[in-house]
Amino acid sequence: MSQQLRSFLAAVGLIAALAAAGYVAVIVGAATVIGQSETGIEESAKSDGWRGVRSGTAGRVSIPDPQAGVLIQSEGEIWRSIRNGPVTAAGAWSMFVMLILLAVFYAWRGRIPLAGKPTRREVVRFNGIERFAHWMTAASFIVLALSGLNLLYGRYLFIPVVGKEAFAVVTEAGKFLHNFVAFPFMAGLVLMFVLWVRHNVPTRVDLQWLRLGGGLLSDRHHPAAERFNAGQKAIFWIVILGGVSVSLSGVALLMPFAFPIFGKTFAFLNLFGFGLPDVLTPMQEMQLAQVWHAVVSLGLIVVMFAHIYIGTIGMEGAFQAMGSGKVDTAWAEQHHSLWAANAEESVADDDAVPAAAREGQG
Amino acid sequence: MARMKFLCDADRCIECNACVTACKNEHEVPWGVNRRRVVTINDGQPGERSISTACMHCSDAPCMAVCPVDCFYQTDEGVVLHDKDLCIGCGYCFYACPFGAPQYPQAGNFGGRGKMDKCTFCAGGPKEDGSEEEFALYGRNRLAEGKLPLCAEMCSTKALLAGDADTVSDIYRERVTARGFGGGVWGWNTAYGSDT
Ligand code: SF4
Ligand code: SF4
Repeated sequence: MSQQLRSFLAAVGLIAALAAAGYVAVIVGAATVIGQSETGIEESAKSDGWRGVRSGTAGRVSIPDPQAGVLIQSEGEIWRSIRNGPVTAAGAWSMFVMLILLAVFYAWRGRIPLAGKPTRREVVRFNGIERFAHWMTAASFIVLALSGLNLLYGRYLFIPVVGKEAFAVVTEAGKFLHNFVAFPFMAGLVLMFVLWVRHNVPTRVDLQWLRLGGGLLSDRHHPAAERFNAGQKAIFWIVILGGVSVSLSGVALLMPFAFPIFGKTFAFLNLFGFGLPDVLTPMQEMQLAQVWHAVVSLGLIVVMFAHIYIGTIGMEGAFQAMGSGKVDTAWAEQHHSLWAANAEESVADDDAVPAAAREGQG
Repeated sequence: MARMKFLCDADRCIECNACVTACKNEHEVPWGVNRRRVVTINDGQPGERSISTACMHCSDAPCMAVCPVDCFYQTDEGVVLHDKDLCIGCGYCFYACPFGAPQYPQAGNFGGRGKMDKCTFCAGGPKEDGSEEEFALYGRNRLAEGKLPLCAEMCSTKALLAGDADTVSDIYRERVTARGFGGGVWGWNTAYGSDT
């Protein structure tokens, strides 16, 4: 690997690490600050009874909703500053940086070509149910991402252009879409997990693949890979874990105050010595759910930029794997040699086929 | 121009809920929506105090800052109002509001929220002043009629004051001087910050 490649990889790694660290910092910060019952916001009242009020102690109220007994919840102001501050900024920056990186990568590497000539013999890469699972998740993800981003950035981007009325109509429609499309997304997650988990267990082949930079950096290297290479396995686990997390917090937001999940999660994490606040008010639960939902979604969106890039313009022949479900045997050889060796060709081409599949390996 | 504020004198409030009733009746607020509420702390114990609370019409209002459709506006008199035609019922203003002021009629799927409703300082909303439409959506617009909020007007002990900030704080200061004690202007630092 040339010096140039090494520094590029190092830069990408560094940025990814920084972004991840940023996300973790935002969440841990939010959890600690929002979860703290005593906050810095002072009242002018001096007597002791008032101190409890400031820190969220509830009184008695004749409304049949105990939450109404809370006089002041100072966390609201903290939630506002986290959502309108670091979450908005980190999201915008990470999307921007990812797009720049992809543009730079494309300018430098271009479209990764098919090595050698296509054999014009096809092999099934993803069957119907697999493609259904992928596209159901993908389509709902795009709807969810756009309507979600709109909630965070639309106010600044679109209101000046289309005006408040039109924006409110679109945003309300987006909210309903978001609520409903969440379900096919969750179903797609489950389906993909069931279909693909056994192909996504990390193996030693992945180390080799990673060591060679996945063949992304130069045409000379074609590291061996199984059905999924290390990069795809990473995407799989990011989508599954991120997707489950975003689904849980999403359900908490969908049915307000009915699904407190953070107190329990923090209590569990505290077994490992995290020292997070585990007694949270229903309001704190909602605030944390919103911050977490936004941060994880933004992370997934940024990762999906890269996934969509490599699956479309970034690599010759990649799209048809999930499009028609069939790939050229030469492509299979180049990118997933260990899988190609066992894959059955869809074209009944008698004895010539296995030989062709084994040719030119390496 | 006056800066409208609420001031609740917790040393006077007797938790009679007249303000709550006045508000509900004046604006024909629907079931389950409480624009104003009275909270009693240390109930039945020494140091028991009651506070009548609603939207405080904050300076630099958190609700305004987080609304995804930017449907809030603040009048020249500092009253924070919102446009129900724009509101999408996301609930964000409720998460941000320090005083738990925003209210939601239950509507739609998954326990979804309808359009947010909150205290308007009896100042109606973005519809034509005094119109039927304004009344149906936001309640009475007493400010346009030259009157102050009814909750304070109906307060049996005059614990709840509503009006120009200078005037209400002068009244409160006089009381504190006369009786020799006072719990402070409840909620003002949270609502108005350094502008208090
Ligand atoms: S009290 Fe709540 S609803 Fe009223 S202006 Fe302040 S933040 Fe907004
Ligand atoms: S519930 Fe309505 S007013 Fe409140 S933040 Fe959401 S859109 Fe704005």
